Amino acid sequence: MKSLIKDLVESWGPTGFETEVTEKIRAYIADRVDECTVDALGNLIAHKKGSGKKVMFSAHMDEIGIVVTYIDDDGFLRFSNVGGLNVLTMLGGRVRFANGTIGVIGREKGDLKDLTIDKMFIDIGAANKEEAEQKVSVGDFAICHREFADLGQRLVAKSMDDRIGCAVLVEAIRRLDHSDNDLYFVFSTQEEVGLRGARTAAYGIDPDLGIAIDVTRTGDTPEAPRMDVSLGKGAAIKVKDASVIAHPKVKQLMVRLAKANRIKHQLEVLEAGGTDAGAIHLTKSGVPSGTISIPCRYVHSPSEMVDLGDVENCVELVLAICRDPLAEF
Amino acid sequence: MLLKRLSEACGGPGQEGEVRDLIRSEVKDLVDQATTDALGNLITVKNGTKAGPKVMIAAHMDEVALMIMSIEKSGLLKFHPIGGIDPRVLVAKTVVVGKNRVPGVIGSKPIHLQRPEERRKALGVEELYIDIGAAKKEEAERLVNIGDLAYFTTEFATIGPDKFKGKALDDRVGCAMLIDVLRDNYQIPVYGAFTVQEEVGLRGAGTAAYQIQPDLALVLEGTTAADVPETPKHKHATTVGKGPCLTVMDSSVIPDPRLVAKLMQLAHKHNIPVQYRRNTAGGTDAGKIQQTGTGIPVAVIALPCRYIHSPVAIGSQTDYDNAVKLVKVFLRSLEEEGGDQ
Repeated sequence: MKSLIKDLVESWGPTGFETEVTEKIRAYIADRVDECTVDALGNLIAHKKGSGKKVMFSAHMDEIGIVVTYIDDDGFLRFSNVGGLNVLTMLGGRVRFANGTIGVIGREKGDLKDLTIDKMFIDIGAANKEEAEQKVSVGDFAICHREFADLGQRLVAKSMDDRIGCAVLVEAIRRLDHSDNDLYFVFSTQEEVGLRGARTAAYGIDPDLGIAIDVTRTGDTPEAPRMDVSLGKGAAIKVKDASVIAHPKVKQLMVRLAKANRIKHQLEVLEAGGTDAGAIHLTKSGVPSGTISIPCRYVHSPSEMVDLGDVENCVELVLAICRDPLAEF
Repeated sequence: MLLKRLSEACGGPGQEGEVRDLIRSEVKDLVDQATTDALGNLITVKNGTKAGPKVMIAAHMDEVALMIMSIEKSGLLKFHPIGGIDPRVLVAKTVVVGKNRVPGVIGSKPIHLQRPEERRKALGVEELYIDIGAAKKEEAERLVNIGDLAYFTTEFATIGPDKFKGKALDDRVGCAMLIDVLRDNYQIPVYGAFTVQEEVGLRGAGTAAYQIQPDLALVLEGTTAADVPETPKHKHATTVGKGPCLTVMDSSVIPDPRLVAKLMQLAHKHNIPVQYRRNTAGGTDAGKIQQTGTGIPVAVIALPCRYIHSPVAIGSQTDYDNAVKLVKVFLRSLEEEGGDQ
C-alpha cells in the first residue's frame, strides 16, 4: 500500500488539472469495476454494479496549488493561490509546473507578519521575461513540490489531502470481495475551491447514501488548537465540519460497523473546513451523507503526515460499508 | 448605438425589466424563440440546422444599484448598495430613483461643517442619503417607494479615438456582444441567455443553464482593469486595449482548460489579440453554470473595463469588436468539429 500512496501523492494534479491522477487511478482499478467514466467536470466515476443500495463514495484528486498571474521584465512570476494556502508554509519552498519546471518561492522585503501572497513571487531561474516565457505562461498552474517520505508507521508528503483518500478507495476496490450494493467510487475534482466536482457527480448518480473520504486535522501536536483527533487512534468518523453535519444514520452506521468489525475509530468534530459530503448531501432532494476522515497533521502544508494504521482502518471501514445490507437507507 | 441604449437603461438585480424589454425588441427578429423564465432570465434560441453541440452564451442584464431602505421625516432617502459598490465613489453623484426616474442627488454634510477628522476619511453609506427635493416624508412617498432602486445618471459617450465611457458596462457590454453574436446565423443550436441577479450571487444563471442543458457554455463579461498609475504592473489584472480576456481562474470558477486552450488557439489563428485575466478575485455566471446538473464545460470571455462597479467605466471599442469576433470564430469552429467537446 505504501507504493500506491507514494505513486498517488507524487502525481501532479492541482485543482482543475487532475488528469494525471485520473489516469493513474484508472489503471489501478479499471479491471476491478464494471465501468469507469469521466464526466464533464473531470470526475472519474467507477461503478461496481449491484442490486442493493446505491452508495456514492467520494475522494478528491485535486491538490492545492498556485496559478501564475504575471511575469515581470526580470523573469519573476507573480501568482495567486488555488485553494487554501498558508503563505508562511510556502516560503523557501518550491513549486512544480506541468512541464516539470521548478520554481522557488521568494518574497519582497517587509515584516513577515504582514506577508501576503501579492508580496511573493516565484523564481524559475530565468534571467528575463523572454526566458521565463519559454518555460511558463500566465495562467499556468503549479503544485507545491515536495517528495514523499516513509517514516515507517507514518508517512509524509504533499497532497495527502486527499490522495490518501484516493488511496483508501483504490485499496478498498482492490480488496473488495463481495457486495450486493450498487457502488459508485468517485474520484472527484475541484474540491479545494468549493466541492465543485462532487456536486455534479452526485447529481448524476443520485445516491441513497453519500460518503466522503478525506483528511481531517488533529489536536495531538504541541500547543495544538483543541481537537480530539489523534494520529494513530483510528479512522475518524465525522460528526460535523463547516460544510456538513453528518446524517445521524450515517454516523451510527459507521460506529456500528466499526465496533462490529473491531475497526479502530474515533469521532471527529472539525470546527472549520469541509469535504465533498457538504456538496453531496444537498443534491436534488437531499442525500444522507457523512465522512470517513484520515487524521492528518500539517494539513495544507507541503508536508502532510498520516499514520498507516489509520489508513488501514479507513479501508476496512469502507469495505464494511460496502458489504453491509444498509437496511436503514 | 446599441451599447449606449443598453448602458443608459436601468436594471438592478431583480428589477431587470427595462433592460429585458430593450434586449427583447432588439433580438426578436434575430432568434427563433425568446422566453422569460420564472426568475426573469431572457432565454433566446437560434435553432440552427445541426443537432449539436448545443451552446449557451450568457451575459447578465443586472447592474449594481442602490436600494431605498427608508424615507426619513425630512424627505431624504436612506439607501443600501445592491452588489459591490465602493461607498467612497457615491458622494455628490446624481441619480434617478425607481421606474419613473425621479431625479435625486447623493448628499452629505458640506465640507464647511465637517470637523477636520471627518474631512480626512471617506464617508460610509450610513452617512449618505439621496435628496429628491422633497420637503417632508409624505412628499417623498408620493414619488418613491421603499425597495425602489436608484441608478447613476452617467451619459454614455465615445471618448478618445477608441474608447467609450458609461455606467453599467458590467455587464451591458456582455449583453451587447451577445446581441451582436446573435446577428449571424449558425448551423449549431445557440442559446443566448440574458441573465438576472448576477451581482447578488449568480442567481439567474443556474436556473437558466438547468433548463437549457447545454453541451458547453460561454459567459460574456465586463471585467476589472487596473492598468492605471500607482498600481504595480503585476496587479493590473487586465489591460484596456490589449484584447478580450480569457479567465483561467476566479473565485467562482476554473473554466474548462480545453475550452480556454481552444479559444487561445483560435485567437492566434485569426490574429485576434487576447490576454489572460491576471487576477483570481471576483466571480461570474460561469461559476453557477459549470455546477449545473451533471456539470457543464464553461469558458469566460471578458472585456477589460477601468473603474468598474462605479458610476462610470471605460472600455475599448477595438477590444469589444475583437471579443465579438472571437465568439463568432469559436461558434464556427464548433460547427466544423461537431460535438466532441
